[in-house]
Amino acid sequence: MTWQLSLSNMQISSKLSQILERSVNSLFQRNNNSKEGAGGTAKNPVIALLGNPNTGKTTVFNALCGTRQKTGNFPGVTVEKKTGFLALSPGETEYSSSISGETSSPNAALVEVIDLPGLYSLKAGSPDEDVAADVAMGRVDGTNRPDAIVFILDATNLKRNLYLFSQVAEMKFPMVVALTMTDLLASRKIELDLPALEEALGVPVLPIVGRNQDQVSQLKKAIGEMLHTKRHPEIEIGFPPQLETIVDRLSKVLNLYIPVSHFEVREMLFFKDYLLLEHFFSFPDAMAAIESERRAVKDLGYDSTLIAFRRYRWADGKMSACEKRTEGESNRISQKIDAFLTHRFFGLIAFVGIMYLVFQSIYTYASPLMDLIEYLFDSLGTLAGSHLQSTPILRSLVVDGLISGVGSVVVFVPQIAVLFLFIAILEDSGYLARAAFLMDRLLSWSGLNGRAFIPMLSSFACAIPGVMATRIMPDPRARLTTTLIAPLMSCSARLPVYILFIGAFIEPYYGAGWAAFSLFAMHALGIIISLPIAFFINRGILRAPALPFLLEIPPYRLPQLFNVFYRVYEASRSFLLKAGSVIFALSIVIWFLSYFPHPPSVEKQVRQEYEEVENVYAPADPADIQRRINAAYLEQSVLGRAGKAISPLFQPLGFDWRISIGILSAFPAREVIVSTLGIIFSSGDESGESLKDHLRNAKHPDGSRLYTPLTAITLMVFFALSSQCMSTLAIVRKELNSWKWPLFLFTYMTLLAYGLALLVNTVGSHI
Amino acid sequence: MTVADMKPGQRARILGYAEPEESMNRLGELGLITGQEISFLRIAPLGDPLEVKVMHYHLSIRKKEAGNIRCELIEQ
Repeated sequence: MTWQLSLSNMQISSKLSQILERSVNSLFQRNNNSKEGAGGTAKNPVIALLGNPNTGKTTVFNALCGTRQKTGNFPGVTVEKKTGFLALSPGETEYSSSISGETSSPNAALVEVIDLPGLYSLKAGSPDEDVAADVAMGRVDGTNRPDAIVFILDATNLKRNLYLFSQVAEMKFPMVVALTMTDLLASRKIELDLPALEEALGVPVLPIVGRNQDQVSQLKKAIGEMLHTKRHPEIEIGFPPQLETIVDRLSKVLNLYIPVSHFEVREMLFFKDYLLLEHFFSFPDAMAAIESERRAVKDLGYDSTLIAFRRYRWADGKMSACEKRTEGESNRISQKIDAFLTHRFFGLIAFVGIMYLVFQSIYTYASPLMDLIEYLFDSLGTLAGSHLQSTPILRSLVVDGLISGVGSVVVFVPQIAVLFLFIAILEDSGYLARAAFLMDRLLSWSGLNGRAFIPMLSSFACAIPGVMATRIMPDPRARLTTTLIAPLMSCSARLPVYILFIGAFIEPYYGAGWAAFSLFAMHALGIIISLPIAFFINRGILRAPALPFLLEIPPYRLPQLFNVFYRVYEASRSFLLKAGSVIFALSIVIWFLSYFPHPPSVEKQVRQEYEEVENVYAPADPADIQRRINAAYLEQSVLGRAGKAISPLFQPLGFDWRISIGILSAFPAREVIVSTLGIIFSSGDESGESLKDHLRNAKHPDGSRLYTPLTAITLMVFFALSSQCMSTLAIVRKELNSWKWPLFLFTYMTLLAYGLALLVNTVGSHI
Repeated sequence: MTVADMKPGQRARILGYAEPEESMNRLGELGLITGQEISFLRIAPLGDPLEVKVMHYHLSIRKKEAGNIRCELIEQ
């Protein structure tokens, strides 16, 4: 199966080679995505990868670009923009040879590759899916319109894949097909005639299995030639001629406003909910034209099932020309595995086991690495501190602000890496779809679907990887809702708070049994509240119509090592760079607020107090004195004063100014409240023994108890539900590509936490 | 009958949608069109969703959507 193109007939015009030369040269100056739109000069050629989900598109992208890839965002949507560069070395294709012949550079031509999201159809159901068609038509700011498409076709699933192919072909892009899963043809008893397929589709078809270098090289050659010849497929799908006349007519009108392709116009004639229509809402003439043509279509008796029907008829015709399947059960191994893994009883047990492993890994096994990171940063801090003794402000800034800030970001990486390792393996192997299949019933009533399970489960360890895990949910509304309820899951950072207060107020008075129950109840609270809230967010706020939950269950496959590790690397890197910067900036702000003002008079006063006392009693422990000094400084800092200022707000909950300061200080990280309270009460060890005593024994001026078990419960309820983790807000901002969602998250959770805590305190004090 | 009425192991041919809503269009795009053969594989342990085989691939759909797809059984 060879495909030859006689290049001797093609001549590259000198103008074209000038452009190519400029683009090759400009590559060496910047490796960034060109901000120019389609048609800009001095840009790299751009190709886009398109294909169904589960076809091995990522493998092809990785094989073409290697590590020369990065992720960014499309404006206004949450789906990530994955771009990379592919190098066409001289001699690999005529295309690049001609370039390097013109320039003196021996280097390769670089082609920009955009990996568009896997889709079943370019007619989108949501803005996130819309992006692929928008990019293809050059409607996206900041992204170049592709010059050509590499279509990923799954050899074992031709007919369905051809649906999307037929849509792309209508857009008249130069195309090359990368045929994947060809290694599975034999075991599935499928005979595929490749030359016939090339003939039927009218484009070159290159098989690609994994990272086979020969095949990759062949594909690159074909890409080079495609960019050179710009040959596009000519297909005739067989829509009724009268319909096509209407489509042509309407297309001419609509293209005056924005670029739209024929297939999009055709869909507009049948589907009122087609998102693309929104682009025309502000043009009454366009809308009128659309309406009138819609009526015309209806009058002709065509209904909305026509398009799908005709496309599949076309696909069927193409397929039967090339494919022959032997009857009998294909996919034996997958079926056998599924008989077990989706079994009524064993399937659920296996599921619980696997989920337990994932959870334990994030919760427990990642902690040694996290402890190590904390230890390293603490040591670094001590080291830096010892060199900066002479400049206290700088010392505090560097140690408590900078080093501590960076440390607080890096410490999340182990959990993220572990979670994404599991996600990559589960997803690439195909198990993730089974997991969603098993769990869907539990989640569907709230408007979520089975895929939300793993993000929610992960959030019990920590919401940061949990929120990142929502990337496995293609439905953007479900993804958004899941992101907004994930922080309600009681994460591991809340645990020190629970342990402190249960240990101080529940266990001594009510015993270990009630203490254990309280711990359980706090975790359960998150789950119990989250699904009704999801329901409310979906119906009340997003007003999302219930989308049908359609999940393809792919055959089981061995995950590709490169893909898995690259995914882990990419998740960690994107967290560090994008969320990390926000978290770091906020750490500095918090440091600033808890340090300044810092008048030396405070220290003087404390020492004076101790001296006066020392004259009567034994000399105090210098460590004790230092703690009192720290406590005093915290109280007079901006943060401390803010805490005191808002404490009237917390009074109905039974909290005093000390707890208010604690709550404010917990914003960078929830568990900080424990150390803050430790400082305020001047307790020596944070592990809590003396802090517990201090909390229990704290008294009002009149001698009555400051904190009661009820206070403890109220505070824990508040903590369970409040949004006190700026890292979570930072990651939500990053994943959802907007500040309005973290703002919403913070607001609703704070109100929820306050409301429920108030309820608990009010009801409790009347019992 | 509809796809929701099928039992594991049965094969049927799709006749059309009971309620041709626009949301059913997604199913059409996935290949669940009139005349297409569909095999019923299993129900999830918790009762929903269902797994079917269509055009050589496996798809999970909820009972609600399945109840909207009219079909007739193919005798084995």
